[in-house]
Amino acid sequence: EFDELCFEFGLELDEITSEKDIISKEKGEEKAKGASDVVLYKIDVPANRYDLLCLEGLVRGLQVFKERINLPKFEKIIPAEGEGQRLIVTEQTAQIRPHAVAAVLRNITFTKDRYDSFIDLQEKLHQNICRKRALVAIGTHDLDTITGPFTFTAKAPSEIKFKPLNQSKEYTASQIMDLYRTDSHLRHYLHLIENKPRYPVIYDSNGVVLSMPPIINGDHTKISLKTRNVFIECTGTDITKAKIVLDIMVTMFSEYCEKPFTVEAVEVVHPNGKTHIYPELAYRTEKVKPEYINKKVGISETPSSLAKLLTRMCLKSHVTGNGNHLEIEIPPTRADIIHACDIVEDAAIAYGYNNIQMVIPKTYTIANQLPLNKLTELLRLDLAAAGFTEALTFALCSQEDIADKLGTDISATNAVIIANPKTAEFQVARTTLLPGLLKTIAANRKMPLPLKLFEISDIVVKDPNADVGAKNYRHLCAIYYNKSPGFEIIHGLLDRVMQVLDVPPNEENGYTIKAAEGTAFFPGRCAEVFVKGQSVGKLGVVHPDVITKFELTMPCSVLEINIEPFV
Amino acid sequence: MAGGNQGTLRLLERLDQPGASGGLCSIQAAAELGVDHQTLVGAVKSLQALGEVIEAEARTATRWELSPEGEEVLRDGSPEVRLFRSLPEEGLPQGEAMKLPGGSLGFSKAMANKWVRLDKGAPGGPRVLRAVPSVQDTVQEHLGQVRTGGAQAVPERDRSELKRRKLLLEMTLKSYWIRKGSAFSTAVARPETELTPEMIATGSWRQLPFKPYNFSSLGLPPACGHLHPLLKVRSELRQIFLEMGFTEMRTDNFVESSFWNFDALFQPQQHPARDQHDTFFLLDPAEAPQLPPGYYNKVKKVHSQGGYGSQGYRYEWKVEEARKNLLRTHTTSASARALFQLARQKFTPVKYFSIDRVFRNESLDATHLAEFHQVEGVVADRGLTLGHLMGTLRQFFTKLGLILIPSGLKKWVEVGNSGVFRPELLLPMGLPENVTVIAWGLSLERPTMIKYGIKNIRELMGHRVNLQMVYDSPMCRLDV
Repeated sequence: EFDELCFEFGLELDEITSEKDIISKEKGEEKAKGASDVVLYKIDVPANRYDLLCLEGLVRGLQVFKERINLPKFEKIIPAEGEGQRLIVTEQTAQIRPHAVAAVLRNITFTKDRYDSFIDLQEKLHQNICRKRALVAIGTHDLDTITGPFTFTAKAPSEIKFKPLNQSKEYTASQIMDLYRTDSHLRHYLHLIENKPRYPVIYDSNGVVLSMPPIINGDHTKISLKTRNVFIECTGTDITKAKIVLDIMVTMFSEYCEKPFTVEAVEVVHPNGKTHIYPELAYRTEKVKPEYINKKVGISETPSSLAKLLTRMCLKSHVTGNGNHLEIEIPPTRADIIHACDIVEDAAIAYGYNNIQMVIPKTYTIANQLPLNKLTELLRLDLAAAGFTEALTFALCSQEDIADKLGTDISATNAVIIANPKTAEFQVARTTLLPGLLKTIAANRKMPLPLKLFEISDIVVKDPNADVGAKNYRHLCAIYYNKSPGFEIIHGLLDRVMQVLDVPPNEENGYTIKAAEGTAFFPGRCAEVFVKGQSVGKLGVVHPDVITKFELTMPCSVLEINIEPFV
Repeated sequence: MAGGNQGTLRLLERLDQPGASGGLCSIQAAAELGVDHQTLVGAVKSLQALGEVIEAEARTATRWELSPEGEEVLRDGSPEVRLFRSLPEEGLPQGEAMKLPGGSLGFSKAMANKWVRLDKGAPGGPRVLRAVPSVQDTVQEHLGQVRTGGAQAVPERDRSELKRRKLLLEMTLKSYWIRKGSAFSTAVARPETELTPEMIATGSWRQLPFKPYNFSSLGLPPACGHLHPLLKVRSELRQIFLEMGFTEMRTDNFVESSFWNFDALFQPQQHPARDQHDTFFLLDPAEAPQLPPGYYNKVKKVHSQGGYGSQGYRYEWKVEEARKNLLRTHTTSASARALFQLARQKFTPVKYFSIDRVFRNESLDATHLAEFHQVEGVVADRGLTLGHLMGTLRQFFTKLGLILIPSGLKKWVEVGNSGVFRPELLLPMGLPENVTVIAWGLSLERPTMIKYGIKNIRELMGHRVNLQMVYDSPMCRLDV
């Protein structure tokens, strides 16, 4: 039943499990002993629905969807002049983490579950929209342990000294970095500020360190179940996301304040003297025509029915102007709604995808094949008919495969080089199909001889004239592997290919082969293929060194040509 | 063949002699006829193929033979006896005893038999002395018995001991017990195996008997080439798209700029997919020399400031980020290029498809490779709806032999991905505002693995493919 509800709401119930199940699956039953049996529902939430990341938001969303409650109106309370909290941003932050926003949750009541959820939401946001704290980092503090105004600045690591969260003594910022170098969780964030001359830090008016974002909070200000007033700061490199994160934090947890759904504003003072009041908690109104929604989804609902569907999706809507328009209020929890098409999507979810009638578009078109692919398809059939078997090898390979092993230098290959390969198998894009075929034979040495293989696929080379600086070429490569090299067989295959391509064997308007050299070929056993005077590739007996380097033992001959001139 | 024929005839004649009425053992018959046993078995088999001429019952016989070492022992005596006999009355120091005929093997066997003893306390070191006055070489005797065909007379225990000592070999011999059959005749004409041009010319085939064919064995496989199963599915999918009126898009650039791969698709620059962990970036050429002038400014604007009715992502869009070259992570980049070209001219509705390689910097396992094929379909027309998307998908997947339970888009994601392109993607290209573009994608490998029952993707794509699998794979008929 819950599965169905999730589905109707556009979510996917991934798994029903428990802590015990998870641990026993990952670490074995022994370790799971004593773990909780409480049923856990794992739900897949769309990546941009930050309002559904915690139980508070999910329950609220489902309640609204089931029309049990109305979406609460979130209210920003601006304290009287001189009584509110202020966060002063200094210009030193500009080089490292220029943005900061903040808010206060007054008279909040935590329970164990609420507290856990509060911490968990921060972690989920950090991993998700905050891009592992690179864009935004959240700090939450017990306001009663500190005195404003607060200062967000950046200092040399040696000048920052405080007791980090859950530590027993003070460390300098440099020592803190060393301390967490092996921390399974925090070590992933160190690179964000390490090697920078100054680290970001937030102080209160007495010099107490609130946090050193994006690494760690101070121990002094840590929140507990007893905390009543929470100071939330979000610092980062992306102001839009910082604002969204702050809005999500306060809209989710202001529910537990003495005056539910109210948030106390904080004034942020910028280095240029300008001030901003946060959280934004902005409500935006979008006007959308009902027929726009109906047309995009493929339904014909009345304006009022659409308004009701949208309201159930936390997008409070009503019909205006003789029913010609819907006015939709986008709450601060729905930062994902950035265009009318997002409203359409929510209407479709609420309507139910299953209820939408499937229609085949009337779009009338004549199909065309890409000429190069059409030629490839035809050639594949003729090569198989000639007794060769198709291989399908990787477009990525090691430098060695296309250079050293073929007796040439990588600089001579003009190959595209990959910056971040996880293994040597993905260092470059291939510039020839030959290594792939040789490797295929090496992996199939137990098969009866002769082995006759071909592949028609793309190779890649650098080309400064191409818009991306590299270009694909469609190559045909065939190999004959047996106790004797069988040059005449590969030569015969070339003749057959030219025959089916309707290219006659002559110099003027057909093809010829001329003795040539190639590092991959046995000297005197290599020829270049010319079509209408233009070189398209080579054929010949593979050099014994190449055979050995690809861990093969038999002689073989190959043909490799570019087929693009034949399109 | 002639020799075989002769063997057959001689066997039949031997069977016809008085005294063979109870049957013959093939081994014995071979010895009598002076032919190799294997030749005789061939004759038996060819006679069996003729029907009831003979009856042959398969038997298994065990024969004991001496190994080369056994022959040596038969000639010279067993090592233990040779040692014992060479040992002088007063014995020898252990080191010297080891050098006697029979050596250390003989010594240890003689010790085990308690024929000799070792006096550890003897002056000048341990000394080997006789422990019994005389011994009998039963090993040699037993081997002699076996040699003269009396293996059965040797007690079983001793036989297996001799086998363990590798002096005796146990040979299993398959033989036949041959009797006359109900249609026995010594005048069996050798039936012809094949029709020949001469028989046709002379008409002799009318009088000749022909050997029956064995229809239960397999024929000779034809010498032929084979297409790769994954590419057979690719051909089939191309066919399906063509049947549905879809035109093939250009996809001939594995190298793509981040601009076309991400930015043009309204993918923000901080998106996790743009991480080093998921995408192959290029060292050389690291950057795309050209971004489409004019259009890239519009993309920049819609990301950083919004427009076209969108709020945008409101972040600082960096052209350096867009120029970063990569190996395309999806063919949607090619679709974006095709739509951009479409927007250059007066709009006409289109249906596009592509099937080509894409690359992910992923950890490899049984279902993930760093490169695979993506299948993509795109329809651009005025007034397309979600209902049209779902209708198109149903039509497509039905042709693929996958009947979809109409349970909405979310469930279809299991097979692939589908959706409606955002206005932030289409309008900066210059497509008319009322044009909707629906699209879907899936991997080529997934349906292929299902179709051909392949569990490990590495057996399907790449050089580690098993060519036998390629040789043996059936044609691809997805709708059957």
